[in-house]
Amino acid sequence: MNFSEKLESGKFLVTCEVAPIKGVNIAKVLDEEAEPLRGKVDGFNVTDMQSSVMRLGSLPVCHLLAQRGLEPIFQITCRDRNGIALQSDLLSAYVLGIRNVLVLTGDYVTLGDHPETKPVFDLDSVSLLKVASTLTEGKDMKGNELDGKPEFCLGAVVNPGYDPVELQLIKMEKKIRAGAKFFQTQAIYDLETFEKFMKEAEKFKVPVLGGIIPLKSAGMAKYMNEHIAGISVPEKYIRMMAEAKKEERVKTSIQISVELIRGIKSLCRGVHIMPMGWKHALELLAATELA
Amino acid sequence: MLVTQLKPEEEVLPKISGKRLFIFECLGCKELYFPKEEVGKFVDSLKEEITGRAILDYLCNREFVKAYVGEYSKEIEGADLVLVFSCGVGTQVVSSLLESKLVYTGCDTLYLNGFQGLSARNFNCNQCGQCYLNYTAGICPITNCPKGLLNGPCGGTKDGKCEVDPEADCAWVLIYKRLEKLGKLDTLTEILSPRDYSKNITEYLSQKEGVK
Repeated sequence: MNFSEKLESGKFLVTCEVAPIKGVNIAKVLDEEAEPLRGKVDGFNVTDMQSSVMRLGSLPVCHLLAQRGLEPIFQITCRDRNGIALQSDLLSAYVLGIRNVLVLTGDYVTLGDHPETKPVFDLDSVSLLKVASTLTEGKDMKGNELDGKPEFCLGAVVNPGYDPVELQLIKMEKKIRAGAKFFQTQAIYDLETFEKFMKEAEKFKVPVLGGIIPLKSAGMAKYMNEHIAGISVPEKYIRMMAEAKKEERVKTSIQISVELIRGIKSLCRGVHIMPMGWKHALELLAATELA
Repeated sequence: MLVTQLKPEEEVLPKISGKRLFIFECLGCKELYFPKEEVGKFVDSLKEEITGRAILDYLCNREFVKAYVGEYSKEIEGADLVLVFSCGVGTQVVSSLLESKLVYTGCDTLYLNGFQGLSARNFNCNQCGQCYLNYTAGICPITNCPKGLLNGPCGGTKDGKCEVDPEADCAWVLIYKRLEKLGKLDTLTEILSPRDYSKNITEYLSQKEGVK
């Protein structure tokens, strides 16, 4: 079963993020990050230069994963490419065996390591989803005929902790109308907020995979609370991480994530794990019995 | 320097149909062109009730416009919406003075490259030639959102502030709040197409007679 069929199946899904490295040491991404999770996850999200840091591209990494029989989810942002390049990359993705695409607006360039570069944002997440849908109908965004139609399973992101959440729900509905067939969320630490969000989002009848970012330290949690939109790590988790001895931190972090995943499991269709350099995704999956 | 042109009727009429209107008309400034005659003809052709009409120059001058808003408060109060014919700056000045009133623009504003000196670009109008203020409660998403997003906010808003400049308000949160206040949140459900970057003033001028 491919990812799209699994979405239809009603099965509880697990996806995991794989971040291309800064450089060309591809073995690190494929053999060290992705390969250990073979058979344990339903899809590998490959990030598109997350946080606006220049890296190896999502497209070739997705292709290499697909070649190995690992199901890639191609993340594509509007930050670096205009409408021509975005459409061309979508066509390229299809011929390289990539079927799942997660569309995002993208971080602003000043957040990354090339703050002086030109931000593009010719399209936005909604219009890019619409353009991708148009490609699957055999036309480009200007209505010109394509020779051969690509097929995509399109996805998008949503931030359940966003304030005001109504604004996220309005945009979520637009993304669905523009072609999104599944959603992956920003990291969830507060199940009550997520439950409220899901009550509102249920009406859309589109599968949602709740985001999990395992905590590395109390400092990381505090940093995210201060700087990352829609994330609020409750005080109890910060305390648990702060009180854990260094050698116990991974165990404590897993314990927190397991608790969250159990909560998420009853509320939506899957989890999306974003390890962000944390090396223990496999242990987390085993502990949650998702592996 | 800029050119203001009347929006296509099919874009404006559905927004104002059957509504009582108050009209602000700018006589322009050092604009290259302001469609004074076309605006006059358009307003005269409207079947809608017009509660009042203020014609002034420098609609971009906030203090000046404030005085007009005071003078015409009764007429404005009696209108369902305020329709502004000016460049993007004028519309944004009026909408910022009338926060609980629906303010629409009847114009698009285009930029003339090469002009040196103070122009609308120094204020709050990008002269994109396809004014979005009617979708965004009079708050420009092109100049106020660093990404120029047209279909709602990115995920980077933190406590109503922008991910690029934490001192700045997220334009989309401001737009949301004002539309909510106006009971017009449904405006946000429309999916807007990407901007047309081919819109430029030379194309416009070539079709226009009597413009220097």
